Amino acid sequence: MKLTIASGKGGTGKTTFSTNLAMYLAEQYKVVLTDLDVEEPNSGLFVHGRQTHQQDMFKMIPEWDKNVCTLCGNCQQLCSYHAVMKLGSQVMVFPELCHGCYACSELCPAHALPMHQIKMGELRQYRAGNLDFIDSRLDVGQEQAVPLIAQTLDYVERNFDTAYLKLYDAPPGTTCPVIKATQDADLVILITEPTPFGLHDLKLAIETMRELEKDFVVVVNRFGIGNDDVLRYCEKEGIIVLAKLPNDRHIAELYSRGELVYPHIPEFAEQLRLIGDFIMSQQGMQS
Amino acid sequence: MKIAFTAKGTGWDSPIDPRLGRTEYILLYDEDKDELSVTDNREIEGVAHGAGPKTAQLLFDINPDVLITGNGPGDNAAVVLKQIPMKIYVGAGELTVKTALEAYKNNELKEF
Amino acid sequence: MKEIVVISGKGGTGKTSITASFAMLGGKDIVVADCDVDAADMHLLMKPNVKTEEDFYSGNAAVIDRAKCLNCGKCASVCRFDAINLIEYLYSVSALNCEGCGYCARVCPVKVISMVEQNVGKLYISATKADNMMVHARLLSGADNSGKLVARVKKEAKQIAQETGKGFVIVDGSPGIGCPVISSLSGADFVVLVTEPTVSGLHDLKRVYELVNRFQISAGCIINKADINQDVVNHIEIYLRENNIVHLTDLPYDESFTSAMTIGQTIVEYDHDKLADLLTVSWNKIKQILSKEQQ
Repeated sequence: MKLTIASGKGGTGKTTFSTNLAMYLAEQYKVVLTDLDVEEPNSGLFVHGRQTHQQDMFKMIPEWDKNVCTLCGNCQQLCSYHAVMKLGSQVMVFPELCHGCYACSELCPAHALPMHQIKMGELRQYRAGNLDFIDSRLDVGQEQAVPLIAQTLDYVERNFDTAYLKLYDAPPGTTCPVIKATQDADLVILITEPTPFGLHDLKLAIETMRELEKDFVVVVNRFGIGNDDVLRYCEKEGIIVLAKLPNDRHIAELYSRGELVYPHIPEFAEQLRLIGDFIMSQQGMQS
Repeated sequence: MKIAFTAKGTGWDSPIDPRLGRTEYILLYDEDKDELSVTDNREIEGVAHGAGPKTAQLLFDINPDVLITGNGPGDNAAVVLKQIPMKIYVGAGELTVKTALEAYKNNELKEF
Repeated sequence: MKEIVVISGKGGTGKTSITASFAMLGGKDIVVADCDVDAADMHLLMKPNVKTEEDFYSGNAAVIDRAKCLNCGKCASVCRFDAINLIEYLYSVSALNCEGCGYCARVCPVKVISMVEQNVGKLYISATKADNMMVHARLLSGADNSGKLVARVKKEAKQIAQETGKGFVIVDGSPGIGCPVISSLSGADFVVLVTEPTVSGLHDLKRVYELVNRFQISAGCIINKADINQDVVNHIEIYLRENNIVHLTDLPYDESFTSAMTIGQTIVEYDHDKLADLLTVSWNKIKQILSKEQQ
């Protein structure tokens, strides 16, 4: 089963939640957690594992061959991203701006822009207790998150069979990378806070999930602060609120030190148990 | 000598546009002829990504000896600018074109 | 007119609450620009009364003129984004997957594919309860923030500030370190970095400050929830000193942040005690730094 954890905005405790849930479930089941927030993956700060694998991740960009180029400037006209530019008697390629569409390369009359691979980031795999944990990180300056997310998803699918519960930690927001991260999920857990900001961003996330026709449930973090509007909204919309994680200054302190929460806070562990039961009942229905 | 300015208007009293990539105009002062010419760059507003290198390409075509602007260039723009044998001076973001030229003459601007 | 940009690298640090507090403290003399369009929440605190709104267009997507299409499939064969597929025997574009590269349009033998600008959201100009104007935007789901949208929001805000003789534009900056945040920083006079003393907080601070430093903009830092981890605070303070970043203030872990937000108030309206004092002192410090720079 594939399960993606997403949130409308950053800072709702998504990383805290997904790392704790993964470690908790891994005590009983085969679980692999993947951090898809490739611009800023920091689940690794909370899952203290031993690295078992590392690989460079590549994307395809054109490379200028000055020996055959006729300087016609066709490539620059073709590129929608300003990633190829004719400058006097040379052609420059900006790897960070290139989306890898191949247009300049395949339509170059002189075949002067063959595609070749360049490194865009790194994938790392760790083992922490029973948990397999994977994160991918874009190199600084790289802007295209989607290709790295897609390749990371492929890696997980290839290396972990269906016996695994696959948890994916999506980037925050409702933009293309988030859509990519949720595209293949059987279920999406939306994490939010019971505040006006939380509700506002939750509504955007729900709108996106509905457009994608995804099954989703809600987990409320920092329950006890704010007001009941999130719960009321979910009730009205018939959305399952799977768990309410407690609000506790102690949790913020544990987070600040990169420690897991549930071993220290029984209430938190209890909520994870509820979520685990639900996931396993879904898994049962699936198979 | 030819001195270029990123600017928000077309005359000597126009404020310097502190942005390089998204500057509205590029003004070019030709010292020998004592002429100020204008390149309209306002269509850059429609560019979602890659404004920096695009404007830098325009500067390549203009080919000044000196560029006076506010902020420094981003990474991509810097790659293009390196191809131009031109000195870049930053920190003129709050001046007008005229006062920026004076500041440059008095060595008050910082070379990038 | 001075432009102040508030950024934090990651979400959930209290950036928007702090920006909105500055917007209250600045009152009549400022224009607000919400460039955190991925999670545009500031309007929940500023209670804007929308004066004008317009659709915002950015990026292209391919559209096939069905009536003239030969269904030859050439478009699908060149698309690297899996955006053109046979659906019920007809080649169709999935706008969600389309990257707008235009390759398909170039190779279509009968030229029936056009690249159409996408409506990605709305841009608003509003009057707020702080007696100032605010420029903000709302993205449609699945739409990406861009340097273009951020530049547009800032441009409108600056124009209003110039036309009405305001002293400051205060910008709630975009998250991350990509194109939108670069566009947020571009042209700024002062940057306020909001951070938290967590294992990831300092890391995020460093990453985002690299950008600020590249643009050579002077900066100050507010450490929020400073009392949850003194050890990390010490590390942050060393980093601030090494980089000449003004340490504006430390804010304690305080649920007033949430309580204020819950009733749609900024912190300086809700709390009349320590938090409000600390934020007022910070705001005055920023103003002082900017007026010094002018001389």
